[in-house]
This record gives sequence, C-alpha cells and structure tokens, in this order.
Amino acid sequence: MPNSTKKIEISNLTVKYGQVAAIKGISFDIYKNEIIGIIGPAQSGKSTLLKVINRTIEFVPGVAVGGTVKIDGEDTQKVKSVHELRRKIGMVFPLPVGLPLSIYDNVAFAPRMAGTRNKAQLDELVERCLRQAALWDEVKDRLDSLGTKLSGGQQQRLTIARALSHEPEILCLDEFSIAVDPVTTMRIEDVLKELRFQVTIILVTNLVQQARRLANRTAFLFNGDLIEIDRTDVIFSENPTDKRTYDYVNGIFG
Amino acid sequence: MFIETPLVQKKKRTEAAAKIVFMLMTILMILPLLLILAYLLYKAFPILSLDFFITNPKNGMRAGGIWAPFLGTMYLVVISLLISAPIGVLAAVYLNEYAGDNWFTRIINLAVVNLAGVPSIVHALFGLGAFVLFAGMGRSILAASLTLAIMTLPVIIASTKESLAAVPRAFREACWNVGATRWQTIRHIVLPNSISGILTGVILQVSRTAGETAPVMFTGVVFFKKISEGDIFAYNLFDQCMALSMHLFTISTQVPDVPKALPYGTAVVLLGTVLLVNALSITLRVYLRARKKW
Repeated sequence: MPNSTKKIEISNLTVKYGQVAAIKGISFDIYKNEIIGIIGPAQSGKSTLLKVINRTIEFVPGVAVGGTVKIDGEDTQKVKSVHELRRKIGMVFPLPVGLPLSIYDNVAFAPRMAGTRNKAQLDELVERCLRQAALWDEVKDRLDSLGTKLSGGQQQRLTIARALSHEPEILCLDEFSIAVDPVTTMRIEDVLKELRFQVTIILVTNLVQQARRLANRTAFLFNGDLIEIDRTDVIFSENPTDKRTYDYVNGIFG
Repeated sequence: MFIETPLVQKKKRTEAAAKIVFMLMTILMILPLLLILAYLLYKAFPILSLDFFITNPKNGMRAGGIWAPFLGTMYLVVISLLISAPIGVLAAVYLNEYAGDNWFTRIINLAVVNLAGVPSIVHALFGLGAFVLFAGMGRSILAASLTLAIMTLPVIIASTKESLAAVPRAFREACWNVGATRWQTIRHIVLPNSISGILTGVILQVSRTAGETAPVMFTGVVFFKKISEGDIFAYNLFDQCMALSMHLFTISTQVPDVPKALPYGTAVVLLGTVLLVNALSITLRVYLRARKKW
C-alpha cells in the first residue's frame, strides 16, 4: 500500500509550447507504490505532464519547460543518462503503437536495447509481460507474427507489455483503455491493482470512474492548473474542496 | 427507389469521360517509349552481338564496337555512386533524424532543394574548376566521377529524406519511451523500414549518371581512347576514359561516314543499361515492400 516515501516531486512546473502555456506552475508529490489518478478535460495538460516526467517532451520543437521534477530525490534535468531515466518509467499512450517487429521482438526490444542478450531470460520476460498485459493467451502460439498486424485492442495490450518490459519503477498510463474493450479493460485494471505493490502508477484517464476504481489519490487538472489533489474518496465525495472538481466528476461541467 | 435521375446520369457520363481521358494520357505516355525502343532495336539489329560489346571502336569510329565507352560509363557510374550514395544517405539521416529546426539546417535544406535543380552544365564547370584545375586531378575518371557525385548528391539526399520521413513518428516515440537512443531507434526501426525507398532513390541516379554528357565531357571523358579489350580493369582512376553518352554524340554528329547501325547500337546499349538498372530497382522495391511491416 502507498507509503509516505516521495517517488516523484513536482515543483512549480511550467510548460509552454511556443506562446501557449500547457502547464501553468503546478506542484505536487507522488508517493511510492500509489496509484495516482489524473483527471481533467482535454487541453488540461495531462499528457504533457507525463512527457515531462520521462523527458520525451524534449522531442517537441519549440517547447520550454520550467520548474523541477525530481524522481527519487534526483532532478530529472540533471540525471547523467536520460536513457536510464526513461527505462525507469513505462509509458502507455492512448493510441496503440505496435513497432514493426514480431510480437516477441516488440516486448524484447527494450531489454535488448539495454543490453540483455540471454535467450532464456528474454523468453521468461516476454511471457511475463504479455501475461501481465492480458495478451499471452491470445498470442502465445504466434509470437513470430507481426505486432502491427494485431487488432487495435491487442496492439494496445502489446504496448502495455512493452512498457512493462524494461521493469519500470513508475508506470504512466495515458488513457490506456481508449482502444480496449470493457472486459479486457477490467482484466488490465486487475493487473494494475497487483502491480501497485511493485510500481508507482500514474493513471491519466477520461473515465472518471476508472480513477475512482483504482486510484488512491486523484488530481484534477484544468487548463494547465492543478485545481485539487486529494484522496480519491474525497475527490468523489459530496464535498471536495473546489466546486469545479465536484462539477467535473459529476459531469455537470462547463 | 434507386432510379437514375438526370443528375445521376450526368455524373455517370462525366465519370466515363474522365476515365477515358486519363487512360488515353497513360497510353500516350507509354507509346513514345515503345516506339523509340522498337525503332532503335530495328535500326541497330544488324550490329548487335557480343563482339559489339567487347571490341574497341576502330577506323576512326567507323567500325568496331563500344568496349572503351561502355567500360568508361560503368566506371563513372560506379565510382560516382560509391562516393555520393554513402555521403548522401548519411547526410539525409542526420538532417531527418538528428538535426533540429534552426536557421542552419533550414539553409542546408534549402541548398539541397536548389542544388537538385542546378543544370548539369553548371556542375560541369564547377567540376572543371574544382577538381580538374584547383585540386590538380587533371581530366580523369576521378574528376569526372566526383563531378557526377556532386551532381547526384542533392537528389539522393532529398529522396532518402523522403523515405525516412515516411516512417511514422509514433514508432520513434515508442522507442524513445523505452529508453532507446536515437541511433538504436534509427538502426533497428527507421532504417529497416525505409531501406527500400532509399535504395530505389540511389539506383535511379544510375540512369541519370549514365546519360549525362556535359559534366563528364568537361572533366575526364575523351573523344577516343584505346584500351585492352575484354579487360574490366583496363582503366585506372587517373586515366581519361570514353563514355557512351559522349561516344553517341561523337559518332552521330562529329565523324563523317559512320555506318548508320553504329550510333543506333550505342543508343540501344545506353538505353538498355538504364532500363536494366531501373528494372532491377523496381524488383528490389517490390521485394522489400512485400516485407513491409505495417
């Protein structure tokens, strides 16, 4: 269960795409082994926040990031190897991306890039990750076929398996269930409930009920501002601190 | 239900007319090519034989074959591509995968686009000044190949960049997200999925190099040179050489009383080489595309 060790400390974070401010100075901490839900309407800065955490925001031209993000007390801007930093973090984005490789190679890609060559080790890892992503039973007989030929929902689970393949300490999920059917979504949610004992999970979701089901705490972002962060039962109660939170959660926003 | 209103009938007629016009244009495009080929083959037929390939021109170009110019063209094409292909492909990888968007890379990209449109005669003069005179290579195969390489470089860069850009950015992001470096991403994902386009772009430059006359005429190709017949190492880098394009020009316009079949034979070999290479590139592309993975 969540403890009070700080895994990620975000302080005074600002992100600007050219002249447009996407995140306007937010600060909060994420504790080790918690599932933190992040909710908010479109354009509120949720996906941007995830990209800042693994520093892939740098690939966006014309972006300016201010403030600090610390992981395990270390400033992400000052780490020696950004690739090691990214390996600590598993990322799943809304649209599934199967790499143009076999299913096996998709999952084995990250460990191979990190230098793992041992076949038995890779086999074991591929099976474990595919099981965790609830995909193993469907693909175990055709691991050699192309990942890009899987259906959308299967590719999304493949993406999740890949995000787990480098054994991250933090798992960021950005609306992972958008391309996945409800039954599979539930299976993956069950997996997340078990994974929380090993990893810290950041769950960005448009399905507020998903945050309610899974998250220990929930943050409500709106227009690049952090409106409120609290225990999930408080956010979803009759009286969260901010009226806007209540309105959004109950679908009477705007 | 489902009856043909006047509007539907009109649309149907337009549709049919459009189809016919487009088809006619396509046929019109192929027709000249087939006619040229047939005409050349017909005129050259009496002279085409293995001997024609492996004997030098004789009797002041009025007899013999095309060995010296044929081999010269091969040298020029191969050496110039050995120079321009690696440089062009690597430069394109840098521009597309590493370089940011700033004034420097914008100038380079602009230069690439504009250089691709420079007439070959200008390249010829540049080659004469830079390689033959300034670098002191003299008129030689090396100078001519370098000139051709400079000429093809911007086109190779442009076509390679296009092939690289066709690989979806999402693939790269997925790799970066799991901690792969840029080079690992390029090596394992980007290059394997763009190699067919890159190779096609490079191979298509063969036909261009083989056909150019002006750049090589200024920098290393001569009117006549006798080399040992059938020996593919008959030239060395600092020799002058003959070339098919120049040879065709010479025997068609500069030498009197050349038997008619000779220039046609030369043209058939030049065209045949180009078509062969193009066919090769198409086959390669079809083969590599069959393995396309998304």
